[in-house]
Amino acid sequence: MEDVTNAVILILNFLFVPGLTYGCQLALGALGVTLVYGILRFSNFAHGETMSFGAMISILAMWWLQAHDVSIAPLPTVLLALPVGIGATILLCLAMDRWVYRFYRRRKSQPVILLIASIGLMFLMNGLIRFAIGPDDRVVGDGERFIINAREFRRATGLAEGLAIKTSQGITVVVTVVLVIALFWFLNRTRAGKSMRAYSDNEDLALLSGINPDRVVMIAWILTGALAAIAGTLYGLDKSYKPFVYLPLLLPIFAAAIVGGLGNPLGAIAGGFVIAFSEVSITFAYRKFIAYLVPESWEPEGLVQLLSTDYKVAVSFVILVLVLLVRPTGIFKGRVL
Amino acid sequence: MSFLTGEGMTGGYGGADILHDCTIAVEKGEIAVVVGPNGAGKSTAMKALFGMLDLREGQVALDGEDISGLTPQARVRKGMGFVPQTSNVFTSMTVEENLEMGAFIRDDPIAETMDQVFALFPVLAEKRAQPAGELSGGQRQQVAVGRALMTQPQVLMLDEPTAGVSPIVMDELFDRIIEIARTGITILIVEQNARQALSIADKGYVLVQGRNRFTDTGAALLANPEVRKSFLGG
Amino acid sequence: MIQANRKPLLFAAMLVLLALVGFMQSWSLALAILNLCLISAVMALGANIQWGYAGLFNAGVMGFAALGGLAGVLVSTPPVTAAWAAGGAGILKSGGVVLVIIAAVWFVMRRWRPPFKGAVAALVIAVGFFAARAVFDPAVEAIEAVESAKTGYLGGLGLPILFSWIVGGIFAAGAAWVVGKVALGLRSDYLAIATLGISEIIVAMLKNEDWLARGVKNVSGLPRPVPYEVDLQQAAWFQSLANSLGSTPIDLSSIAVKLCYAALFTVVLLVILWFSETALRSPWGRMMRAIRDNAVAAGAMGKDVTKRHLQVFVLGSAVIGMAGAMLTTLDGQFTPASYQPLRFTFVIWVMVIVGGSGNNLGAVLGGFLIWFFWIEAEPIGLWLMDVLTAGMAEDNPVRAHLLESAAHMRLMTMGLILLLVLRFTPRGLIPEEKR
Repeated sequence: MEDVTNAVILILNFLFVPGLTYGCQLALGALGVTLVYGILRFSNFAHGETMSFGAMISILAMWWLQAHDVSIAPLPTVLLALPVGIGATILLCLAMDRWVYRFYRRRKSQPVILLIASIGLMFLMNGLIRFAIGPDDRVVGDGERFIINAREFRRATGLAEGLAIKTSQGITVVVTVVLVIALFWFLNRTRAGKSMRAYSDNEDLALLSGINPDRVVMIAWILTGALAAIAGTLYGLDKSYKPFVYLPLLLPIFAAAIVGGLGNPLGAIAGGFVIAFSEVSITFAYRKFIAYLVPESWEPEGLVQLLSTDYKVAVSFVILVLVLLVRPTGIFKGRVL
Repeated sequence: MSFLTGEGMTGGYGGADILHDCTIAVEKGEIAVVVGPNGAGKSTAMKALFGMLDLREGQVALDGEDISGLTPQARVRKGMGFVPQTSNVFTSMTVEENLEMGAFIRDDPIAETMDQVFALFPVLAEKRAQPAGELSGGQRQQVAVGRALMTQPQVLMLDEPTAGVSPIVMDELFDRIIEIARTGITILIVEQNARQALSIADKGYVLVQGRNRFTDTGAALLANPEVRKSFLGG
Repeated sequence: MIQANRKPLLFAAMLVLLALVGFMQSWSLALAILNLCLISAVMALGANIQWGYAGLFNAGVMGFAALGGLAGVLVSTPPVTAAWAAGGAGILKSGGVVLVIIAAVWFVMRRWRPPFKGAVAALVIAVGFFAARAVFDPAVEAIEAVESAKTGYLGGLGLPILFSWIVGGIFAAGAAWVVGKVALGLRSDYLAIATLGISEIIVAMLKNEDWLARGVKNVSGLPRPVPYEVDLQQAAWFQSLANSLGSTPIDLSSIAVKLCYAALFTVVLLVILWFSETALRSPWGRMMRAIRDNAVAAGAMGKDVTKRHLQVFVLGSAVIGMAGAMLTTLDGQFTPASYQPLRFTFVIWVMVIVGGSGNNLGAVLGGFLIWFFWIEAEPIGLWLMDVLTAGMAEDNPVRAHLLESAAHMRLMTMGLILLLVLRFTPRGLIPEEKR
C-alpha cells in the first residue's frame, strides 16, 4: 500500500505538478496568440518576444523596488512590479499595431505578409531586449521558494517520496485560473467582449451592426499585451529569465493554439494542457514509478523513457501534425481557412 | 413624398455601371418589392439605398432628408435596417446574443424590443440560448430579421430573404413580414421568388439590366401578361 | 529603362562593397565573405522559388540546410567498419520494423472497417514503436561505443564530397515532400508553423543521434573538392607564383583556395539561376504564377493547385538542401549546433524580401547584400559606437555597455531592414517583372 502511495506521490511531484504549471504557461501564451488570430486574423510570431519584453520590464521594475528595499515576502517582489510590465507591454503592442500592422490591415494584405512583418518585429525586439538587459541569465524569484518543501512533506507523512510545490508554480496556477475566469467573464458577459466575439465571428456583419473596428482591435492588443507580460514574467519566475528562452516556446504555444482550435480561447487553454501533459509524460522516466508498483524481479533496467527530453519539441510538433491531418479545425473548431 | 426614395441611381462597384438611372420609392408603412431576372441589379439597388455602393449619379432620401453621403452605420442610426442575403447571423453566438449585437448602437434598455422580437418569432424564444449556427436555414433567417429589428428601424430592407429555404418556410417568412409591416415599419424586399413576393407587395419594381422596366402595384404586375410571360413563367 | 539599368548597377555596387572590405580589412576576408554570399544567394534562391512561384512561406529553411550538411557527412566520410559490424545490422533491422509498421498502419486505415479503426492504428503504432526501440537502442549503444572520441558513428560512403551537393538536395526534397503532404492545402500560416516544427525536429535529431553524424561532437576534417593550403604552399610552382605577385605563399594559398571555392559556387549558382529563370518563362512557370495570383480561378479551371504547390515546395527545398551541403563543404565540418533559426531561416527571408519578392535575380542580390551586412554589422556597429561615444570617458559604464551590445545591433538592423523594405519597397530592390 505504501508503495502505491509513493508511486502516486512520485507522479504528482515529477509529472503532474510540472505538467500543470507548464500547461498554464502554454495556455496563457496560446490565449494571446489565439486572440490576435481571431480578431486580427494573422499568426503573430512576435508573441514570444513580446512575452520576453514584458518579463524584462517587470524585472527592471523589480530591481528598482529591491534597490528601495520594498518587499512583499513571502511572495516574490516581481509580482509587485508586474503591473509596470503589463502597462509597458500594452503600450508596446499598441505602438506595434499603429506603426506596423495597421498599414497592412488597412490595405487588406494577405495574412502571410502580416506574419513576415511580425517576424521583422521579432528580430527587432530580440535585439532590443538583449541590448537593454544583456544576454545573461537572471534570477527573478525572491521570497519564499516553496509552498510545500519536499523534506517537510516526507517528514510529515513518513513517505519515501516527497511532494514539493514551488511558490512560482502555485502563483502560476492561481494567476492562470483568475485570468481565465476574468477573460471569459469579459468575453461572455460584457458588451465590449461580445462585440469582440462578434467581430471575430463575422467582420462584415459586425461593422454593419455599428461595432467600431478600431476599438475592437485596440482591446485585442491590450488583452494580448497583458497576457504576454503576465505569461512571460511567470515563466521567468518559474525558471529564470534569459532573452533566448522565449523563441523556442513559440512552437509549443502555436501548437497549443492550433490543437485547441485557432481563434477559440477555450481551445487555447485546452490545447495548452494537452501539449504540456503530452510533452511531460512522453519524456518522463518511468523507471522509479514502475519499480514501486511491481515486484523486484520485474524492475526495469533502463530509464523507461518513451522519448529523451531532447525531443520535447518533437512531441508538440507530432501532436500538431496529427491534428492537422485528422482535424485541422482543432478540438474546439476554430477557423481554418 | 415617399418615405424612402432612391432616385436616378447610376453606379457600380468600381468598373462598369450596374444601375442605370434606377428609381425606387417606398411609401411609409408599405411593402415594396424589387424583382427581376438574375443580374438585373436588384441587390445592387438595395445596397445603393443602404450606402454600401458609391453612386455616380442620383440620390437617396429618407423621410425627406438627403442621406446620399452617409455611411451604412450612419443610415442605421437614421432608422434603416438591413438584412443581408448571406452571412447574416453570428453563427458562434447564441440567438439572444445575436439580438443584443443587433441593438449595439442603442444606449437605452433593449429588453422590451427583444420581447417584441420573441413575440414575433416564438421559435427564437425557445432557442434563445442556442448558437445561431446550429439552427435550421429558416430559423436562421428569423434570427437575421430579428437582429435587424432590434434597432427599431423605420425601414427594413431584406435582400432575398427566402433564398435557399423550403416553400413552407418561405410562406411563414412572408407571413411574418406582413406582420412586421402591420406594426408600421416600411418594408423593401428584393426577391427571386417573384410570384410570392408580388402577392404581398403594395408596390412592385421590375428591374432589367439595372433599369426600371415595370413599376406598378403588386397585384397589377401579377396580372400583367408581359410580366407574367417574362418573369413569372406565364 | 530604369528597370533594366538597375540590375547591373546594383550588382556592381555589391562588388564595390566587397572590394572595400578587401582594401580596408583583408582580401582573404573579402573572399570568405564572397563565398558565404554565394551560398546564401543559392539558399535565398531556393526560398524564393517557393515564395515567388507559389506564395509559400517556408519557416524551416534551417532544417533543410541541415539535411544538406548531413548529406555531406554521409557521402564523403569513410565508413567506420567496426561500427557497422557492431550495430549496422541492428539499425537496418529497426528501419525495417518502422517500414513494416507504416505499411500496417496504412493497411489498417484503408481496410479496417470501423469501429475502433483509430484505436487499432494507435495500437499498431504503439507495438511497432516498442518493437523498433527494442532493436534500435542496443544497436545505437554498440555503435556509439566504437572509439567514441574519434568516431562513434556509422560513417559515410567515402565518395567525393561534390556528390553530397546532389544528395543533400534529395534529402531536403524528401523531407519537404512529407511536410508538404501534411501542411499544404491549409492556411499559409499553418505551413509556416509546420516547417518551423520539422526543422526543429531535424536539428534536434542531428544533435542527439550520435550514431548518425556524431551529434554535437561534430564531424570535422571532411574531404575537400579543392586543394589544401599546405599542399599549395609546398609546391614549387606556387611559391614562384607568389613571389612574382609580390605576396607570400601563405597569404596567396589562402586566397587561392577561396577563389577555387568561389568558382565552384558561382557555377552552381549560375546553373540553378539559369534553370529557375527558364522554368519561370516556360508554360509551367506561367501556370504556377497564374495559380499564385488567383488560386481560386486556377482551381476552377481544373488545375490541381495543391499538387503544383507540392512540386514547387519540393524543388525549392532541394535547392536549399544543396546550399546546405555546399556550406558544410566550405566549412569542412558538420556542426549541428550551428543551425539556428535566426541565422538561417529568418536571415534568408530578409534576403528574399529585400532582394525582390518573387524575382530570382533579386533573391541573389538580396543574398549578397544581406549576408554582407550580417557579417559587417558587428564591425560597423562597433565603429559607430566608438564614434558616438568618443566624447565619453574610457570607463563610462554607458560606453562600455554600448560597445558590448554592438553585437546585438545585427538583430535589430535585420529586423528594421525587413520592416522598412516590407513597408516602403515591398517589391524589393529588383521587383518582379510583369510578363
